[in-house]
Amino acid sequence: MDENKPKERIGVYVCHCGTNIAGVVDVGEVSTWAGENLKKNGVVIARDYKFMCSSLGQELIQKDIKEQGLTRVVVAACSPHLHEATFRNACKGAGLNPYLCELVSIREQVSWVHTDKIAATEKAKAIISGGVARVEHNEPLEPLRVPIHPATLVVGGGIAGIQAALEIADAGSPVYLVEREPTIGGHMAQFDKTFPTLDCSACILTPKMVQVGNHPNITLLTYSDVEKVEGYVGNFEATIRKHARSINTKDCTGCGICWEKCPKKVVDDVFEAGVGYRKAVYTPFPQAVPKYPVIDRVNCTYFQKGTCKACEKFCPTHAIDFAQEDEILNVKIGNIILATGWQLFDARRIPNYGYGRLANVFTSMEFERLSNAAGPTGGAIVLRDGKTTPKSVAIVHCVGSRDKNYNNYCSAICCMQSLKFAHLVHEKTGATVYNFYIDIRTPAKDYDEFYQRLIEEGTLFVRGKVAEITDAAFNPGEEGKLVVQVEDTLIGKQRRIPVDMVVLSAGIEPRFDSKETAKIFGISCSASGWYLEKHPKLDPVATMTDGVYLAGCVQGPKDIPASVAQGAAAAARILGKIQQKEISLEPIRATINEEQCSGCRICNSLCPFNAILFHEDKMVSEVNPALCQGCGTCIAACPAGAISGTGFSNQQILSQIDGLLFLNISKKEVVA
Amino acid sequence: MSDYIFYPGCSMESSAKAYYHSVMSVCKTLDIKLNEINDWNCCGATEYLSLDRMPAYSLIARNLALAEKQSNGSKTVIAPCSACYLNLAKADHYMHEDKAFGEQINAALAAGGLHYTPGELAVRHLLDVVFNDIGLEVIRSKVVKPLAGLRVAPYIGCMLPRPDYDKRYSNTEHPHELDDLLKALGAEVIDFPLKTACCGGHMTQIGPDTAFELIRRLIAAAAEYKADVLVALCPMCQMNLDAFQGQMNGYFKTNYKMPILFFTQLMGIAFGHKPEELGFGSEFVSARQAMSRIGVQTPEPAEIAPAAKKPAGLPMPPPLKKQEEPVGKTEEA
Repeated sequence: MDENKPKERIGVYVCHCGTNIAGVVDVGEVSTWAGENLKKNGVVIARDYKFMCSSLGQELIQKDIKEQGLTRVVVAACSPHLHEATFRNACKGAGLNPYLCELVSIREQVSWVHTDKIAATEKAKAIISGGVARVEHNEPLEPLRVPIHPATLVVGGGIAGIQAALEIADAGSPVYLVEREPTIGGHMAQFDKTFPTLDCSACILTPKMVQVGNHPNITLLTYSDVEKVEGYVGNFEATIRKHARSINTKDCTGCGICWEKCPKKVVDDVFEAGVGYRKAVYTPFPQAVPKYPVIDRVNCTYFQKGTCKACEKFCPTHAIDFAQEDEILNVKIGNIILATGWQLFDARRIPNYGYGRLANVFTSMEFERLSNAAGPTGGAIVLRDGKTTPKSVAIVHCVGSRDKNYNNYCSAICCMQSLKFAHLVHEKTGATVYNFYIDIRTPAKDYDEFYQRLIEEGTLFVRGKVAEITDAAFNPGEEGKLVVQVEDTLIGKQRRIPVDMVVLSAGIEPRFDSKETAKIFGISCSASGWYLEKHPKLDPVATMTDGVYLAGCVQGPKDIPASVAQGAAAAARILGKIQQKEISLEPIRATINEEQCSGCRICNSLCPFNAILFHEDKMVSEVNPALCQGCGTCIAACPAGAISGTGFSNQQILSQIDGLLFLNISKKEVVA
Repeated sequence: MSDYIFYPGCSMESSAKAYYHSVMSVCKTLDIKLNEINDWNCCGATEYLSLDRMPAYSLIARNLALAEKQSNGSKTVIAPCSACYLNLAKADHYMHEDKAFGEQINAALAAGGLHYTPGELAVRHLLDVVFNDIGLEVIRSKVVKPLAGLRVAPYIGCMLPRPDYDKRYSNTEHPHELDDLLKALGAEVIDFPLKTACCGGHMTQIGPDTAFELIRRLIAAAAEYKADVLVALCPMCQMNLDAFQGQMNGYFKTNYKMPILFFTQLMGIAFGHKPEELGFGSEFVSARQAMSRIGVQTPEPAEIAPAAKKPAGLPMPPPLKKQEEPVGKTEEA
């Protein structure tokens, strides 16, 4: 019949991917089969090649397009994630609309997941058959080009966010830097010294904080949260809540009289990690940027009981404003960097280590504050009584890390941090220091040299995971001490080591609200809760959501140099985008057929990108192509079947299914 | 009224009568109905499980099979002894995990016309039932005599939270359920560092030196924290710490006098029951002084009769075959 005569001239290209595919799938047979059996579907040529993605492989396709007059191309290779762009560009180079090329995966979906060679070969045939049936209905599409907004939103004012913001601002583009706390600085501002050079953390951080505070291109929004993000790459709109500081920043000089006079003292469990105090009106530390304090309304006597106002009475510039309200800002930005950081593993989750039960068990963050000259003890390393200097200190590695009961991963910074602690204890107290480790991991520049130095300084290293820290004395000499019970795996013996102080090198974890934050920005988390990068090796900076980038520990545990490098890398990627001034969007979009639309509006609220608007006059919905991301939610939900997606039309999907099923695979035993 | 299947275990009829009486008394107040398994047998304690799994677990599973037959809608077996609890739970777990083993056990049970379906019953300790099914709210509502002023060392022992197949306890190393329960009774509860340490188990019989050291640690730690009493929830723990405390003192030349009570005895006092009904007075180390701190008069334990002297009459002929003296008998050497 004439109707069955193929309309298109299709070329099929089967990739060996070295042995990645060819090791399991008989690619030669697949290509011969496609050439013969899919002729009736329009296949005029089928080839297999060692590496289709190589220049020679691409040229092979281009040559065929020109010489054989191909109108459609199906490449059976890896996931579209990796090489869809490669093959579409190759087709474009030969004058074929790139969207007429279909990449079907016989690697991720076939050779990597099956061991039965016969079955895998049959499955590869089915997948190619589906691709051929589908490609016939592909339409030539043109990408949409939209202008890119030059501003960038950086979320998180730790060292990674600071670095990213400065790089972009220095290059001349505007930045909004949003930080939840009253000041930028993040965890780095809390540290005493940095490994392995032992330079003062604040001394190297605060100049950068000042630069951010003064930078004409940076709008600094502290004590603020991002509540909502809409739009798409190049054209996002963010809703930011600036919490009421209760301080009029226009008048405040940061003189500090308010917190001097404030009568309400509260335990500071953020900046001082719970070992120090602050007032109800406070700046976390003297070098805070911005310099303006905030009134913590939960603890302020006036907000709780209605009287006090000591700060207001003494403020020389009348900057206290108890009636101040939260401010909601809407900002337009082109790109986003998430640098929301990490939080400390809660060591109380391991009750046998005694944190929270035994006074002289400290966490790593508490130790940082004790050792910091600006901390609650003025830098003196003392026991919980606030005055006794310990004569012996145990530092326990891998607390909550590399432990299947808590977190499987290595927190990456604890070994070096523990070595740093050991050095500081030696230097400041002369105490005997034990480091209890599973493995020492010091794999960066100058790190292992630091380890060697600590060994020479006389730190005692005990290899073994600590079982228990207890105040129950069994032997003479243990009374009144904390006893570390550990299997010393190097001598193969159980040991009980009495000490005065224990420091738990607690691991680092994703922030408690990281999952909700991920939802706001439309990105995904790994099983451990770290944000997923686009590619773990080749694109550790971008995410699967165009225009959203990652920097610092939000992507996984890392130290300061790595966080700074990632912040700068994310900035460089965005600057490259901004320079192009406009961005091309995938033309994969949904469209609504007005005649079929009943005006039920089900799709309106389902659209995650708010891309569907409703025309009251005509009682029909319409998709805004610039906002639509082609996710297909509305298409599946429309009860009237009035919505179709370019690139994913019903016809394309149904044909692909037909194609998949066309192959009679039941003759051979197929094991999925 | 909640119905449970009850597996008392051997000690409850002999050395831990105080536990038995206080459990019965407390369960009445809490509306817990205990249906004792008919014709139950010993759980095997800790003696020979490692020698031959098959007969050992068949012996335990017999109780589960009887309980299943008798279950009458109730699917929970309560064992008040940690060793019984763990043995029953292990039998159920291994039969479930290793199907072939389960079938072997059932083949053995079939000889007695019995069968157990692994996973059919939930095996739970009394503490878990009181804490999770009854709840602290109800407990608090039943307290008429708060234990305010009594410092208590909560001792769980090693078997209850390990391996904790069904994740019923807050932590394996440092669970807080017993602490919370005792606090609900109004007691002052110390943060007992050795709450899940070993009491010595049957080492009192086969290696007393080892057992004495384990007992000493527990008693010394409780004394260090100035506890008035130490509370146990297993007959074996209670016996080791109570009955062997005197020998331990002799061995180390110490003079500890730490009363060891069952948690149900303190629950009973808080619920206003008479000390006599709760088995007070059957302990070796008297709890009288400790309990008088909160105004409760408990009976003084009966004087332990000194070991009978060798009869002064004419000598007896020795036994035909020389029998070994059992090691670590309770009377003074």
